[in-house]
Amino acid sequence: MSAISEEAVPSFRLSMLVYDTRYRSLTFQFIALAVLIAFMAFMGMNLVRNLAAAGLNISYNFLGDTAGYDINQTLIDYTNQSTHQRAAIVGILNTLLVAFLGCVTATVLGVFAGILRLSGNWLVAKLMAAYVEAFRNVPVLIWILIIGTVVTTLPAPSAYRGETPDSEMLFGVIALTNRGIYIPAPVWGPGSMIVVAAFILSILGAIMYRRYATKLLYDTGKLLPMGWPTLVILIVPSLLVFFIMGRPIGLDYPALQGFNFQGGIQVQRPLIALWLALSIYTGAFIAENVRAGILAVSKGQTEAASALGLRPNRTMSLVVLPQALRVIIPPLISQYLNITKNSSLAIAVGYADITATLGGITLNQTGRAIEAVLLLMLFYLVISLAISAVMNVYNKSVALKER
Amino acid sequence: MKAYAFIGALASAGLTAGVAGAATLDDVKASGVLKCGVNTGLVGFASPNANGEWEGFDIAFCRAVAAAVLGDGSAVEFVPTTGKTRFTALASGEIDVLSRNTTWTFTRDVDLGFSFAGVNYYDGQGFIVRKDLGVSSATELDGATICVQTGTTTELNLADYFRNNNISYEPVPVETNSEAQPLYLDGACDAYTTDASGLAATRATFEDADAHMLLPEIISKEPLGPLTRQGDDQWADIVRWTLNALIAAEELGVTSANLEQMAGGSNNPEINRLLGTDGDLGAMLGLDADWAKRAIAVSGNYGEIFAANIGEGTPIALARGLNAQWTQGGLIYAPPFR
Repeated sequence: MSAISEEAVPSFRLSMLVYDTRYRSLTFQFIALAVLIAFMAFMGMNLVRNLAAAGLNISYNFLGDTAGYDINQTLIDYTNQSTHQRAAIVGILNTLLVAFLGCVTATVLGVFAGILRLSGNWLVAKLMAAYVEAFRNVPVLIWILIIGTVVTTLPAPSAYRGETPDSEMLFGVIALTNRGIYIPAPVWGPGSMIVVAAFILSILGAIMYRRYATKLLYDTGKLLPMGWPTLVILIVPSLLVFFIMGRPIGLDYPALQGFNFQGGIQVQRPLIALWLALSIYTGAFIAENVRAGILAVSKGQTEAASALGLRPNRTMSLVVLPQALRVIIPPLISQYLNITKNSSLAIAVGYADITATLGGITLNQTGRAIEAVLLLMLFYLVISLAISAVMNVYNKSVALKER
Repeated sequence: MKAYAFIGALASAGLTAGVAGAATLDDVKASGVLKCGVNTGLVGFASPNANGEWEGFDIAFCRAVAAAVLGDGSAVEFVPTTGKTRFTALASGEIDVLSRNTTWTFTRDVDLGFSFAGVNYYDGQGFIVRKDLGVSSATELDGATICVQTGTTTELNLADYFRNNNISYEPVPVETNSEAQPLYLDGACDAYTTDASGLAATRATFEDADAHMLLPEIISKEPLGPLTRQGDDQWADIVRWTLNALIAAEELGVTSANLEQMAGGSNNPEINRLLGTDGDLGAMLGLDADWAKRAIAVSGNYGEIFAANIGEGTPIALARGLNAQWTQGGLIYAPPFR
């Protein structure tokens, strides 16, 4: 009896950590973790000790010092008397701006190129194939430099000067120069807020109309036109209010004054170059994701839709794309992250992103390399994880719901 | 660039302790080659010639140090550095000496932990503009777009100058001189600002050099000089006194032409001490007696180097000005060799 009960109680021996398959993997994972922690600790200690030996210390006090340099594109108030911290925030906003613009245009471009590459039209399909292959297989830095150079070959502002200028403004209001593109800016006069309010209400109205039309379609099968009523709802009330209020919103046209164009909105050359390069480059990758997503939808779906009498564009938008999205979105997330991270090549065209301000000028002027780079890493980590989190929520919403 | 700076910083942190202990002189002698950080390309100061050999004012100094230490003026490995990478390259031990028209400032000397060997060119920041821009003074540049090399003192001086004069400008940051040139020539900037010597050098490379002019304002003091890591005084002394030897040689009339004759002994005891025929100054530096003679032999004394690379006989055509010997009304002055 006692012998049996002794066998029933599993007695733990140290050797079981290695020989018992139940514990072995845990043991090795633990050892690997311990080694990793020890290695990181050693590297950290090494860094601190050597910094101390070199008479340096880790300190973020420099963030409060006066930056002393100017930045060409600032979305918030900034002068050269602002602090390094302010300069870093200016850089962060510039990074976010180009990343956001890049993501939007790359998506549009990618979806179009991806669909068109599957087109039955030989020329269109081959053109898109050429675009995708050319842009995917050349490093993004090269594209940034090429597009930066191309933008620089636009006429200089001085070409617009004189009685018979070498260049003319587009439609008389838009100036394309190698310092940037100048477009008219809206001037908000008194009462303009009412027009804006009317426009916002129109948007809500348009959304409600579309909902109603969809509901009607599902309930009764009656198909209301979607396209032109939406446009009418969007435009007509705002226009009416605009004229009733006596045209409160004017336009500020750019005009050549002194060395540069003044007035209007200036989209600077570095932003244009970087934005274009990132969108076109990443658009090529997104095109491939889209193509893969569409091809992943069984051909039977398309045939079934055709059999029901749906036209090809409706088949695409109502049947194929919604299913393809489930395949497209996960790789799309990583493309968005790529755009954000690739935007750190901004300095190649002189765009003042976070890498150029905090990781470039501030780092150089203060000599605080480790502190600045650690901050940079933290920023890119946070922003990438945030994009990833948001996109994952969206992915969940379109993923196949298993019931 | 980010990764580069970070690796540089880590390497600097990882290596500084080791470097501070070991003498740079021993390292250089052991490897048999002097690693000299230079500009990525600034004609007259440091640029590869048609045969791919580096030449220029800063290059000549690297060769002089190599000759003094290793006995061979060609035993130099030139490491091109940008305004941003130069300090990490030096701090990390990637290069032994930085000879790259670098301005001597308080923070670079004290906070970044470098030792400046002296001044080999007294410079100041200027502006270059097209003549047809119709600007004759920097104070007329209100609202102008200005190209400026990022990570340099010029960027800060520019901001200070425009602030002082209550005028505005739009900066276009560029990484290197060669990136600035096309932007300036295409009219993407109205003016380009950097050290006046660099502007003269850049202007010399333009096809239509006469269509451009340097504005009269010099908005800053830019004493340029070679530098080494702080903490290795012997190495810093070698670099400092090599520079002084080149300057003293000009003052004393020692040229590459009469060097052998002078080294045979002269009536001037300072020349004898400089060239090692008298005293043991070389041994005090940890070098042999002929160190200065070899340094001068490579490309001549300070004046010869100046004349050959950036002087009035070259396309860059810089006058000696402040960079004349103190006996000629300039600021170039070497402490006595005794």
